[in-house]
Amino acid sequence: MTTKQWRTLNRVLWTVSLLIAAVPFVFPFLWMLSSGFKSASEIFGQPSLIPTVWHWENFVEVFQYQPFARQYFNSVYIALSVTGLTLIIASLAGYALARLRFAGAGLLMLFLVSALMVPEEVTIVPNFFLIRWMGLTDTHLPLILLPVFGPHGVMATFLMRQYFVALPKELEEAGRMDGLTTLGVWWKIALPMSRPALAAVAIITFLFSWNLFLEPLVFLSSLELFTLPLALSNFTDPYGAPLWHLQLAATSLAVLPILAVYIIAQRQIVESFAMSGVKG
Amino acid sequence: MSRANTTSKPARGFRVPGLSLRRREAIEAWLMTSPTIIGFAIFFLGPLIAVMVYSMAEWNLLSRKMTFVGLANYTDALTVNADFWQVMGNSVIFAAGLVPLNMALALALALCLSRPFFGVVFFRTIFFAPVVTSAVAWAIVWKFLLQGEAGAVNQMLASVGIDGPNWLREPDWAMAAVIVTRVIKMVGLNMILYIAALQTIPRDYEEAARLEGATHWQVFKMVIWPLLAPTTLIIMVITTIGSFKVFDHIYLMTGGGPENGTLVLAFYIYQQAFEFFEVGYASALAIIMFVIVLALTLVQFALRRKQVR
Repeated sequence: MTTKQWRTLNRVLWTVSLLIAAVPFVFPFLWMLSSGFKSASEIFGQPSLIPTVWHWENFVEVFQYQPFARQYFNSVYIALSVTGLTLIIASLAGYALARLRFAGAGLLMLFLVSALMVPEEVTIVPNFFLIRWMGLTDTHLPLILLPVFGPHGVMATFLMRQYFVALPKELEEAGRMDGLTTLGVWWKIALPMSRPALAAVAIITFLFSWNLFLEPLVFLSSLELFTLPLALSNFTDPYGAPLWHLQLAATSLAVLPILAVYIIAQRQIVESFAMSGVKG
Repeated sequence: MSRANTTSKPARGFRVPGLSLRRREAIEAWLMTSPTIIGFAIFFLGPLIAVMVYSMAEWNLLSRKMTFVGLANYTDALTVNADFWQVMGNSVIFAAGLVPLNMALALALALCLSRPFFGVVFFRTIFFAPVVTSAVAWAIVWKFLLQGEAGAVNQMLASVGIDGPNWLREPDWAMAAVIVTRVIKMVGLNMILYIAALQTIPRDYEEAARLEGATHWQVFKMVIWPLLAPTTLIIMVITTIGSFKVFDHIYLMTGGGPENGTLVLAFYIYQQAFEFFEVGYASALAIIMFVIVLALTLVQFALRRKQVR
């Protein structure tokens, strides 16, 4: 064999082994989708990726079994609220920490850093009593407030601060010369220059809220208030055994839109995670 | 962390007599950070102090009586409750299984995918896809795939003549199953961190070594691995901390069973607080978790500082 043939063979072998490695990453998605189309009995029959009969009605039954449309909407609007609030609050504080001089800034940073160390599980018990005292159990407010002000919000603040610090100051100084206030400089100059950081924070925050499970589990009890992760875990028969065909149809409905956006904006999303992973 | 960048010109605009520009800047800064500070105080700092207080109380929600018991909850955990050590053991096994497996796979994938070739984006997209998927969805699907007789994994094993175990119901296998499925879910994250690090290594290094006759393995061992060391250390700490926080994955896949075989610390806290209503004991557990994560984080900061130098 010539060197060129060797190279081709090498390439083919690598690609084949990568394809084999990819199986456990792809297979669950395919199996989830195909099982969502199967009947309750076929699910336990001979396994096959293609259903013998396509039960489209599973996807209708999902909405009848519990208020799934309402639950879907809950997840969307909560995730959007958390994202919007986090962007504003984190970029405001991040800008002040990056650009303004004030006594106590170092101490404030130190306090905020400490938040990054503490998992939500540590504060969930007192937060439960706090939320109950505020009369907010079984509402969506804790699912918005806790992520915005918890460790995730602090991480977003740091991400924004790091980005602002690295920006060239000249434009902002020119803005000052033109008579902009601090807020004006933040809004008209610093934020437009920080689109990559804002996009990164938006992406990871949206997904963080969308995937949140512990907080909804602790704070929500009404079916129509459930968010998607909680709703998905709730497709069971009266004895608590999972109704797989419905559960997997519902899971497909929850997962596929996110996957579609991910495939379209793959680079942006991966970079956002890399940014938060390295700096956060 | 220092307050660099302090040379920016102070704000113009209207002037309030008696208020120096410096003062003004400080007031603006406190106003801009106030939502963060107030929210932080209410939903984080307050609860953190509260959990320390609770941890020293005997307080069952059902009896509605709260009595101060000092460190009894901690001594209960450490010396009386057999559960606790089983849970700590499970948490350590979970971390000890997950971290090396995750990192080895992440590094292997990163080495394959750090350089452009036809299909590289395709593969990166696939290996990262579970990271953006909700942990709940991932756990549900894998629980389905790993059922005893009827599960797809066992059916496939059967087709090649292997009699697969009831993965999530047998004590020996359940832990392995939750570890491996969690690794598949999260390995993409470490993969991209490794890819980013690999791409900063100049190609000349490798080419020079290759010219001197080094094999691929030697290049990896003598050139790439040492240069990756800082990244490896940080990924190791981040992944270890992450493994102590895992709750939803195990809650949904095994419910902590069988025979508490997969009951880890984060789950144990939830169980004590929200299923058994033992608020005081759960709070003591939360503080123990806090101390563990704090120690790991301090290690991480120390490593980062060393790396900056």
